Amino acid sequence: MGEILSLERVSKSYGALKVTDGISFTLGDGEMLGILGPNGAGKTTLFNLISGDVRADEGRVMFRGKEIGALPPHHRCRLGIGRSYQIPHPFAGMTVFENLLVGATFGESMAEQDAEPICIEILDKTGLKKKANQLAGSLTLLDRKRLELARALATRPQLLLLDEIAGGLTEQEAKELVRLIQEIKAQGVSMIWIEHVVHALLAVADRLLVVNFGSKLAEGEPESVMNNPEVKRVYMGIEV
Amino acid sequence: MNTVVDLSNDFAVGSTQGGKYVVERSTRAGIATMVFFAVSLGFSVSMPFWADASYLRWLSELACYFVMAQMWNLLGGYGGLVSIGQQAYIGIGGYALIVLANMAGINPFFAVLLCGVVAALIAMPISQVVFRLPGGAFAIGTWAVAEILRLLVANTTELGGGSGASLVALKGFDRSAREAITFWISISASYGSVLLVYFLLRSRFGLALTAIRDSEVASQSQGIDVKRTKFLVYAISAFGFGVAGALYFLGALRISPDAAFGVSWSPLIIFMVIIGGVGTIEGPLFGAVLFFVLSKIFEDYGTWYLTALGLLAIVVTIWFPKGVWGYIANRFDLHLFPVQRRLRLRDNS
Repeated sequence: MGEILSLERVSKSYGALKVTDGISFTLGDGEMLGILGPNGAGKTTLFNLISGDVRADEGRVMFRGKEIGALPPHHRCRLGIGRSYQIPHPFAGMTVFENLLVGATFGESMAEQDAEPICIEILDKTGLKKKANQLAGSLTLLDRKRLELARALATRPQLLLLDEIAGGLTEQEAKELVRLIQEIKAQGVSMIWIEHVVHALLAVADRLLVVNFGSKLAEGEPESVMNNPEVKRVYMGIEV
Repeated sequence: MNTVVDLSNDFAVGSTQGGKYVVERSTRAGIATMVFFAVSLGFSVSMPFWADASYLRWLSELACYFVMAQMWNLLGGYGGLVSIGQQAYIGIGGYALIVLANMAGINPFFAVLLCGVVAALIAMPISQVVFRLPGGAFAIGTWAVAEILRLLVANTTELGGGSGASLVALKGFDRSAREAITFWISISASYGSVLLVYFLLRSRFGLALTAIRDSEVASQSQGIDVKRTKFLVYAISAFGFGVAGALYFLGALRISPDAAFGVSWSPLIIFMVIIGGVGTIEGPLFGAVLFFVLSKIFEDYGTWYLTALGLLAIVVTIWFPKGVWGYIANRFDLHLFPVQRRLRLRDNS
């Protein structure tokens, strides 16, 4: 299995606060890595460092063997890195269909007409088809989260970064989401998923990474990580 | 069921595994607008043959406001570049007219378009400076640039210095012919600016621009080169302001650094856009008409008139945050310039 992404001793500080402290990890081609950690542990910052929303102070971010740490976000998107945001950022004044059209046309530089069928397929998969002509600003929070995922898919990523998209879903909806993610994974898309809904994450993750205070607390097979006493103490508040 | 009228070149039929689909771009209101547009254009073009000269002058002035409001909206409403210094390009356009017509001997009417090009060319290096300034600092920075230009021109004796210059190149023209041509160019510029923005917004570029209007963060993660898009918008807007500035002083016949680069332009233009509705094509047009009517009725009241305009702006932004047109558009789902793409699926099943 080849390597699609690797972070090498990446650090980022905001003033005196070190939000990412020398983190290193790699992601294999087609692999699904789950990221866990308490609030404020620096999980979303990791995504920002990979997608380019934030630049690292130190360390290297490598995508398919190429250093991408200095590239702007739109460039990284075109290379094949798609992301969703924990707090949805819909294009509120555009319809759901147009929201997808943006990523589909600019994520891989193609004409609108060629992008349209791709968008329709994704609308169908993500259950947004009936709301295609609704303004994104009028969607419920749940649908906004769906739209985050759909929009990230529209850029046809090779690496998909999902930031807490299962929170607030019913049991049935969570199951559907897991099915969708398994389907995306089966197409060979590599993924990193930050999620507090642990059972949804465990259903698809090949490996887990636990972050605390900006550094790596544990990494490995889901089962061994979940049984790690340090993880239990920090993340689930269980004293062992 | 497809009940919406389509223009034949305006939709594309495609198919996916789920069945056929149509992406509609036009609405009934949109077609009505285009018809009105064509009719009103014909009407305006005929005006110099029968209308009173004072009306022509008024409408030429209003046409300049249309261009300015439309261009500011493109810049601030879509590009998110809130500038209070677009008078820099009004001034550059106006003075470019003096230089090109008076000094270089180019036909002043033809020179108007060139003035826009000059403004756009000068805007390119300026953008590299002001784009480095974040948010509010950008607004102040653009104003500072306009002030610097004002001082530079005021200290250039070749351009008439602080007291300004007259458009002597127009001396040879018969008055009524001059006013008619100025009117025709102004009308073309205002219709042109609306059509330019309309077709820009309907294009792929418009998709990026509208996305940036709604969320810059999401736009860049969706593959849009935000910086480049903003640069282009800034240059296009400077072009429009340059043309409008040249037109304004083509009508006024006289220019001075204070009138051309004065900061008082910005609140007026921003007033039009905010009152009408930011981020729509209709809003700035509506706002410009409103401003023009108010200014013609109440301008004799001096300071009180400006105070009332300020109060009106406050009232509108509190109760109609999307502007008067934005309120109407939401209330009645009315879009005179349809830029939206509506998806209609026709399932095969």
